[in-house]
Amino acid sequence: MIKIVKRDQPSKAIFFFTPVLAIFLTLVAGGLIFFILGFKPFEALKFFFIIPIADKYGFSELLLKATPLCLIAIGLSFCFKSNNWNIGAEGQLTFGAIVSGGVALLFYEQEGFYILPIVILAGAIGGMLYASIPAILKTYFNTNEILVSLMLVYVSKLILDYLVVGPWSNPEGFNFPETRQFSDSAKLPLLFEGLRIHAGIFLALAAVVISWFVFYKTYLGFQMKVSGFSLKTAKYAGYKGKKMIILVFLISGACAGLAGVGEITGPIGQLHREISPDYGFTAIIVAFLGRLHPVGIIFASLVVAITYLGAETAQIFMQIPKYTGQVFQGMILFFLLASDYLLFFKIKFIGSKK
Amino acid sequence: MIIDINFVGLIIASIMASAVPLILASCGELITERSGVLNLGVEGMMIIGAISGFALMTVTGSLIVAVFGAMLAGVLISTIFAFLTQTLITNHVATGLALTIFGIGISAMIGKNFVGIPGKEFPVLFESLKDTIPLISPILFGHSIVFYFAFALPFMTNYFLKKTKIGLIVRAVGDSPESASNQGINVRLVRYACILYGGAMSGLAGSYLSMIYTPQWIENMTGGRGWIALALVVFSTWNPIKILIGAMIFGGLTIIQFHMQAIGVRIPVQFLTALPYIVTIIVLVVISRDSRKIRLSTPSSLGKSFHKDN
Repeated sequence: MIKIVKRDQPSKAIFFFTPVLAIFLTLVAGGLIFFILGFKPFEALKFFFIIPIADKYGFSELLLKATPLCLIAIGLSFCFKSNNWNIGAEGQLTFGAIVSGGVALLFYEQEGFYILPIVILAGAIGGMLYASIPAILKTYFNTNEILVSLMLVYVSKLILDYLVVGPWSNPEGFNFPETRQFSDSAKLPLLFEGLRIHAGIFLALAAVVISWFVFYKTYLGFQMKVSGFSLKTAKYAGYKGKKMIILVFLISGACAGLAGVGEITGPIGQLHREISPDYGFTAIIVAFLGRLHPVGIIFASLVVAITYLGAETAQIFMQIPKYTGQVFQGMILFFLLASDYLLFFKIKFIGSKK
Repeated sequence: MIIDINFVGLIIASIMASAVPLILASCGELITERSGVLNLGVEGMMIIGAISGFALMTVTGSLIVAVFGAMLAGVLISTIFAFLTQTLITNHVATGLALTIFGIGISAMIGKNFVGIPGKEFPVLFESLKDTIPLISPILFGHSIVFYFAFALPFMTNYFLKKTKIGLIVRAVGDSPESASNQGINVRLVRYACILYGGAMSGLAGSYLSMIYTPQWIENMTGGRGWIALALVVFSTWNPIKILIGAMIFGGLTIIQFHMQAIGVRIPVQFLTALPYIVTIIVLVVISRDSRKIRLSTPSSLGKSFHKDN
């Protein structure tokens, strides 16, 4: 017989075990889906998860994709820890990219060591500006941040589209929807010859370290944690709720904006129509899979980044649409949420008593 | 300039047609939310409905099978959400997001073989009456059965919630699951049913898009309508009749955008396309500013998990 018993306390060991369980279950379910589609499950999974990162180039691509995911997820963890549902990171990324791209275009064909820092800063500010909209509307107009931040994603993509086909389009670009190439001083340097991985990865690592410090060593981190558990307690303790809401949104907007900078000033070096394959949405999954913990998020971003690469390889070799990546991402989150049941409940197997 | 009165009628009819998927999905979500469950997966359920309807229509050739199949697909995918949030007590927001991401992915996977296939003509009712009365006839006659159903749905939903016993139970579960449970109501069962119903309506809304409104399959063809449907529920302050008004406003924004382009108004097309989203935000701000009013009309337990210990 099976009996389900409530735990007195959420289990700490299981807290870090369930993400691994979720990944395992996703692989099983993914294999099943491939089988239904008429592929050999193990071979398909190999194409999806191993082949893409088997060589040096693949590994560099993995880090390239994991960088924005990690950066955005770190920012989102500030919001999610304190019970703020910012799901519009994709919009903040796009707007950050627009602002930093605009600044980079101002320095067209100019060189100088000061250009890159300004471009990076512009991206962070762009992301913060964009994130401040849902934050201010939430705090002062009581407006649901989920819907506002999401609607702004669509708006930001349309602004970008307008700019790259209209006023910012490359005059010598034969009407392609893209801007001029940024000058070399406005680009993040590539780290290795022949690989696309660029210095943006250091931004992500810095975000990891800073967030770890803020979460576990500062009063702000403590306040966020309390507000996340219970808003009533936070109010009772006299925390300035509104200030904190705006602050966490700004932090997460800055991170998403920086991710946007990385996408346009890295190997691509220009603004174009599709700067992000929904990194802003996928990072939500990364944040949860990483348990809103900076180190967890590093691992989670690597795991989820594989789904992007896998989807690309699967598209080339198996003619499976690249959206398969999203199926895997959705499943990871489903299984993670489901296995959280084990945090609060114990399943006991009771032998038949004689 | 002479304005053809029948042309005005046609514009109003096209606004109504673009409001249909919003009305369907919002009315479904409204029931779900009235039972205390916040399902952010509307966009995902809609797109699943869209591809299921289109695929079934192409494969079986039967429109009836396709429409009901799309609803069933909506029910099936929402069962995942129901099982997770009600049985495994997961967070509503995160689970809904997962549903949307998953739905978009799965729909593109299924839809791979259906891109570029032309749709079928969907039969319309009262076509012979279409030219009888100027202005009125194009509005009232010559639409699909789903169209008429959508415009009846808010009234039926209102009646259901206010005048029927089951409607009362749904509201009780949403406003106070504890006392409902003490009255012997199976809270979990009621919420399961409301989630599945929401899934069916979203599925129907999606099939309307891919089979009637623009009869073809395009990846990601719902284009944020699921999210606007969610916003409409807030806009309506959980009152089905107001969903009708809201959906007409948003339908109007979509249609006006086409006509302004046709007339040659010199506003960037991207700005016009962004208009419905921007207006949604503005409307949400105006509605939510009065926090007391929102609090009074929001189902009290919305988005909170309920778990009976025993």
